[in-house]
Amino acid sequence: MTSVINSDKIPNNVDLSSDKKLQRALEAWQPRFIDWWKEMGPEGFQEDQVYLRTAISVDHDGWAHFDYVKMPDYRWGIFLTEPEPNRKIGFGDFYGEPAWQTVPGEFRNSLRRLIVTQGDTEPASVEQQRLLGQTCPSLYDLRNLFQVNVEEGRHLWAMVYLLHSYFGRDGREEAEALLERRSGNPDKPRILGAFNEPCQNWLSFFMFTYFTDRDGKYQLLALAESGFDPLARTTRFMLTEEAHHMFVGETGVMRVVQRTAELMKKNRHEDARAEGGIDLPTIQKYINFWYSVSLDLFGGEISSNAANFFAASLKGRAKEDGYTDHRVIDGSYAMDVPVADKESNVTGWKKEDVPLRNAMNEVLRDEYVRDSQRGLEKWNRVLEEAGIQYQFRLPSRRFHRQNGIYGGLYFDVDGNPMSKEDWEKSRDGWLPSAADEAYVASLMTAPVYEAGKMAHWIAPPKQGIKGRPVEFEYVRR
Amino acid sequence: MEHAAPSSQEPIRFEAHPSGYKHWVLTFDGPIARLAMDVNQEHPLRPGYELKLNSYDLGVDIELADAVERIRFEHPEVKVVLVTSAQPRIFCAGANIYMLGSSTHAFKVNFCKFTNETRNSLEEACSESGQHYVAALNGVSSGGGYELALACEKILLADDGNSAVSFPETPLLAVLPGTGGLTRLVDKRKVRRDLADVFSTLAEGIRGRRAQEWNLVDESIAKSKFDATVKERALTMAAATPDKVGAGLTLAPVTPKRSTEKGWLKSEYTHVTLTVKPNDRLAEIEVRGPSSAESLAGESLRAAGNDLWIFRAFRELNDALLDLRFNHETAGLVLLTTKGDPEKVRAADKALLDLEASGDWLAHEIRLYVKRTLKRLDLSARSMFAILTKGSCFAGSLFELALAADRSYMLDDEDEPVQIGLSGMNHGPLPMSNGLTRLQTRFLGRPAIPTELVGVTELMDAATAKERGLVTFTPDAMDWDDEVRLAIEERVSLSPDALTGMEANLRFAGPETMETKIFARLSAWQNWIFQRPNAVGEKGALTMYGRPERPELDWRRT
Repeated sequence: MTSVINSDKIPNNVDLSSDKKLQRALEAWQPRFIDWWKEMGPEGFQEDQVYLRTAISVDHDGWAHFDYVKMPDYRWGIFLTEPEPNRKIGFGDFYGEPAWQTVPGEFRNSLRRLIVTQGDTEPASVEQQRLLGQTCPSLYDLRNLFQVNVEEGRHLWAMVYLLHSYFGRDGREEAEALLERRSGNPDKPRILGAFNEPCQNWLSFFMFTYFTDRDGKYQLLALAESGFDPLARTTRFMLTEEAHHMFVGETGVMRVVQRTAELMKKNRHEDARAEGGIDLPTIQKYINFWYSVSLDLFGGEISSNAANFFAASLKGRAKEDGYTDHRVIDGSYAMDVPVADKESNVTGWKKEDVPLRNAMNEVLRDEYVRDSQRGLEKWNRVLEEAGIQYQFRLPSRRFHRQNGIYGGLYFDVDGNPMSKEDWEKSRDGWLPSAADEAYVASLMTAPVYEAGKMAHWIAPPKQGIKGRPVEFEYVRR
Repeated sequence: MEHAAPSSQEPIRFEAHPSGYKHWVLTFDGPIARLAMDVNQEHPLRPGYELKLNSYDLGVDIELADAVERIRFEHPEVKVVLVTSAQPRIFCAGANIYMLGSSTHAFKVNFCKFTNETRNSLEEACSESGQHYVAALNGVSSGGGYELALACEKILLADDGNSAVSFPETPLLAVLPGTGGLTRLVDKRKVRRDLADVFSTLAEGIRGRRAQEWNLVDESIAKSKFDATVKERALTMAAATPDKVGAGLTLAPVTPKRSTEKGWLKSEYTHVTLTVKPNDRLAEIEVRGPSSAESLAGESLRAAGNDLWIFRAFRELNDALLDLRFNHETAGLVLLTTKGDPEKVRAADKALLDLEASGDWLAHEIRLYVKRTLKRLDLSARSMFAILTKGSCFAGSLFELALAADRSYMLDDEDEPVQIGLSGMNHGPLPMSNGLTRLQTRFLGRPAIPTELVGVTELMDAATAKERGLVTFTPDAMDWDDEVRLAIEERVSLSPDALTGMEANLRFAGPETMETKIFARLSAWQNWIFQRPNAVGEKGALTMYGRPERPELDWRRT
């Protein structure tokens, strides 16, 4: 093995030291990944020592090893949860058959597409967030940003491992292409729309990690059921890391809300902006935006792709065990589908009993909606405890959608149809306006590098990381 | 309509010998052979129908194919073959309708394909081998009977008030003649299209002078003078045909050793092994190269006879292909492999081509046989992947297997390079049915390449072969197993019907010939008309044939 490709530098539980094929593939890919990281990773912090968690094994102690490390020296590893002996496929047409340890040729293309689409979101989010460090509200948050970034990088490794190990030459080419696309670049964009939107400020970052990474969680939960066992095991391990990203989002928004409540209380008119905070309606607009673009990531409500993936036992439902019918040949999902005229005005609704397999995206979205509500309730409790009447809410899932049955149509946040003209007039009341963006950006013009200090618009966290105090120097500049 | 699949019955075998013919009488008189059809109605290939009125089934055609081959190889003295009937008032009523009615679709398609290949071989004997087929129609010739006559170089029809030629398929059965008849009418005999239209809808056909006037036959001859005139015409043609120097050879059987092991069906020939893996929908044909490579002379060729490597290998391949087509319907993907020394293959090719160039008719005949077998491979409705691994010998005539394949996988191993090579066989002697070599067809848009390749005489490794466009994929040793496995699994998961159509579209780029037209239109009509309710529905014409009620047709045109 080369000096770079060895089990010490690349912690793994896939027997890299005896896997010549994987070694060879990584020899070509790893240097390109590092080049990509240096070019597109967090800008301006590559030489800093960051207190990061590194997974060095899958067991209880090993998956969360903390130490200072320069990000380009981070040990991106390859981990799958331990195999479940005699695992059987849990859904679809191959229900009850032994899980596949190699890619069935019949599904090679479908699986590759699933893995590439999932894999593409990982480097995309690093690219979206690359400038955020320069406006960080604290060293604690800066460290969390980098933790999320390196783990997105590791999730890219996880998908690349599958491409390298199971898809031959095609897989190697796809792995290269994952490093060639660029978020927001019109000539070589990332695959999914939401991952081409820049993440311009920290409020967006917290919303992204709360809402968009939560889409990631549900996609991973669905893939964790896959009949292709290496994919299932890879995504199961990724889920342990994904939880931290959502923690960053949930607590991040909560700290903003808490600080806003404090600032409101200081002001006679409860005017947060006057006190230099982010007012609650603006936070609600960010919720509306990130929630709606994340809903789009689940795909169409009525989808033949979703049906095919389920039928082929490639992508199941989140926590498939909780269902009783795993083949889902007969079931249906009742949907009200909007009927629109040429001007995109909704003229009526038709009831459709969509075959359940075709509605799998919507089934997964339902779980997501429920899960998204939970954090919102915690934020509302902060407001309640502060004695503030305002309550956050998730907008209707019809609001501001780009694809699926509501895509291209116009609905208010309660899901009532409206004309394009009316919607555009009301837009800035629902979604961050240019002025809102400018205001939020104006709060975040300079980074806070002093250990323990917080930017004015955000409250400190309740506790630090891994038993360290909040004042700990999480990033050594 | 669809009965038990043939695979559930005894397998069909394709070897025959005149001593065992049930349906033909083959006699020789100097330069003239007489091949008289005398179908024994009690001996259909499968039980369930009677072969009345010299109607034929596959069993009859297997004997015909055998006869045509034997006349070519065993009887160089024969210059004219009279195809006639040994039964009164009927030459041949065509393919047996009840046989067709009780066969699976796949069987019908393969039956028609085989009969077409036999007729093409008969035409090739006329144009390439100095053996002129003359149809002496001494009775009614309808459907496939007239199509057999159309494949002959000359058609002589008895003018007796009874003997007619006809295509009753459209008016009586709502299907089409399945052995190239319509194409040959207008393309070969150049019958005016409006007259051909009238003829093809006239169930009772056309007799006597009018048949001659429309060029449906070459001569209409009064009954009293028929035999004498036929003989006279045969002798005239024979006199105009040069003699062949050198003896023929007696075709020996190439029966393989068959065994079943782990559910795999193995047919082991001397140079070929066919392995069918029904559970994987897969078959593998391995062709082994020659063990020695010496130059050939007329005597050494005849001394080697049936055991000449290239002849035996391709006869075995031919038999394996027919076995695959008729007896292993679900083996949708065929992996073509070879084993041996590529240089020895090229030497064997050269030896045969040199001897042919010196004028030896038997060398010429063997080369034509190789050509026909490769066409049969092209025309087999199976996906084909050539797998070029260590110890393979895809060179010259055996490289044609890789060129015939839908794609090829060649192992790229620096330590122990797999090599391919070209020989004279790749540059003209083995054209496809479109009249082009497989290299010309492959590089249709870049015609300079096949010409340049004539100058490439060294063996090529995987990188070179890939660069020259001669192979599709060249995975290295680390990728090989996965790449090939995935490609195989993916292929056998696709619809067999769509693949058949797709492959047939892609394989035959380039110009149309009578052969390509016949096979293309055959598959088009068989796969459409023969599946339509107007033919095979409950009240379809083919279903109702011979029953008291009339068929009911759906009158909508497409």
